[in-house]
Amino acid sequence: MSAPPLTQLGRSRPQAAWHVATVAEVRRETSTAVRLTLDVPTWPGSEAGSHLDLRLTAPDGYQASRSYSIASSAPGGPVVLAVDELPDGEVSPFLVHEVRPGDQLEVHGPLGSFFVWRPGESDRPVQLVAGGSGVVPLYAIAAAHGAAGDTSPLRLLYSVRRPGDVLFADELAALRGPAFELELVYTREAPATWAGPVGRLDKEALAASTVAASARPRVYVCGSTRFVETIAAWLQDLGHAAADIRTERFGGL
Amino acid sequence: MSFTTRGFSGRRREENPRLPPGQTLFDDWPVLTAGPTPHVDTADWELTIQDETGTDHRWDWDGLLALGVEDVTVDIHCVTHWTKLDMAWRGVSLDKLFQDVESEHEFVMARSYGGYTTNLPLEDLLDGKAWIATEAEGDPLGPEHGGPARLLVPHLYFWKSAKWIRGLTMMADDEPGFWEQNGYHLYGDPWKEERYW
Ligand SMILES: Cc1cc2nc3c(=O)[nH]c(=O)nc-3n(C[C@H](O)[C@H](O)[C@H](O)COP(=O)(O)OP(=O)(O)OC[C@H]3O[C@@H](n4cnc5c(N)ncnc54)[C@H](O)[C@@H]3O)c2cc1C
Repeated sequence: MSAPPLTQLGRSRPQAAWHVATVAEVRRETSTAVRLTLDVPTWPGSEAGSHLDLRLTAPDGYQASRSYSIASSAPGGPVVLAVDELPDGEVSPFLVHEVRPGDQLEVHGPLGSFFVWRPGESDRPVQLVAGGSGVVPLYAIAAAHGAAGDTSPLRLLYSVRRPGDVLFADELAALRGPAFELELVYTREAPATWAGPVGRLDKEALAASTVAASARPRVYVCGSTRFVETIAAWLQDLGHAAADIRTERFGGL
Repeated sequence: MSFTTRGFSGRRREENPRLPPGQTLFDDWPVLTAGPTPHVDTADWELTIQDETGTDHRWDWDGLLALGVEDVTVDIHCVTHWTKLDMAWRGVSLDKLFQDVESEHEFVMARSYGGYTTNLPLEDLLDGKAWIATEAEGDPLGPEHGGPARLLVPHLYFWKSAKWIRGLTMMADDEPGFWEQNGYHLYGDPWKEERYW
């Protein structure tokens, strides 16, 4: 029952700190999500896959903080987030409906040096598995992989409810190429031209549309807690070693 | 603090003095783990404390429970900003386990099934401050929450409460464990917001 330690040696990386961010652009991404582009002049850059803590402060001093994955990874550029609304939530509805360009908020980061991908780190294939907004850090990885011209094979399996829910749809489509494969799973509704099945992923479909365990891919899984629990357990059933699977759970069910 | 975000008033105004800075009250119980959830059967389960002579002090499942379980109700605080108040736990106090262990060392590395590690000062585990928890809210601890047994150190951020605990190794010096090597604070006091370094 023992797996090799997940331990990774610490590397030099930007020190996490608080930064003041100014909202540069708010773009409606899907019917429930926005893309926020933040100008953070003091931002030290981040590795693909990391996240930050975003903090809002009310006039009376009340604060609320939540974690958000970073969709961008280019050093020096703006910090891009994609936030999906949780209708009963405290922070995400504010970010989705209220925030507009010029607003200021605080971010703390970059955070999370485990769930990251580094160019040239390994030539093993990489399998990314995203559920809903869990695609954000995985999109950052796919974009960084493309920008670096990394030739290790990368494959993204992305589960969405319906076509209009795809985050970074154009960017992901543009990244398709010899080293990057994108596969979508539609759980409720598919495009009219869709020939495949509609419905939740099952273990067989997961096996059919991901890099086989025999190829020893490094696997990144991100989404709601339940999605990640389910996928990570199936991956192990399919023969992937626990130590090859990295997970990020966004919370909720 | 002069900084405010336009238009934000906040919805949940917990004025609760038991809420450390930056935390939000949660009723449900989120899961945060770096990899897949290990599934460990109590029949195979074993806990060891290794002292500086290399001696392993061992307990199997029945041996652990035979030390005597106690009920504790505590608040837990996760570094990802949620807090649960008054959680009912059942487990074995680390004071009982350390009754049999002689060590001069002041630090401990907690080790888990699945490879997770986290470091703690020994004094933070003793004097009724920590347990090997086997039940939460009246039920055996599920695998996703670290079952069959996890460390419970409620006065520190919850990543210190190592899930799937399998051993404690005495250390002369404080050394970072898994999340600590990956950017989390070496100690993790929620009241001082020791989240990251
Ligand atoms: C490392 C990390 C990265 C994240 N990255 C992103 C991201 O890139 N984009 C994004 O949209 N979100 C992301 N999240 C989730 C985000 O931090 C918030 O949890 C989410 O925006 C809800 O916050 P809220 O204040 O609106 O809801 P809250 O008021 O905090 O929550 C209301 C209720 O919803 C439940 N809940 C919380 N989160 C979820 C969830 N994700 N799904 C379902 N139920 C939930 C809670 O248990 C709570 O009971 C990330 C979370 C983590 C831990």
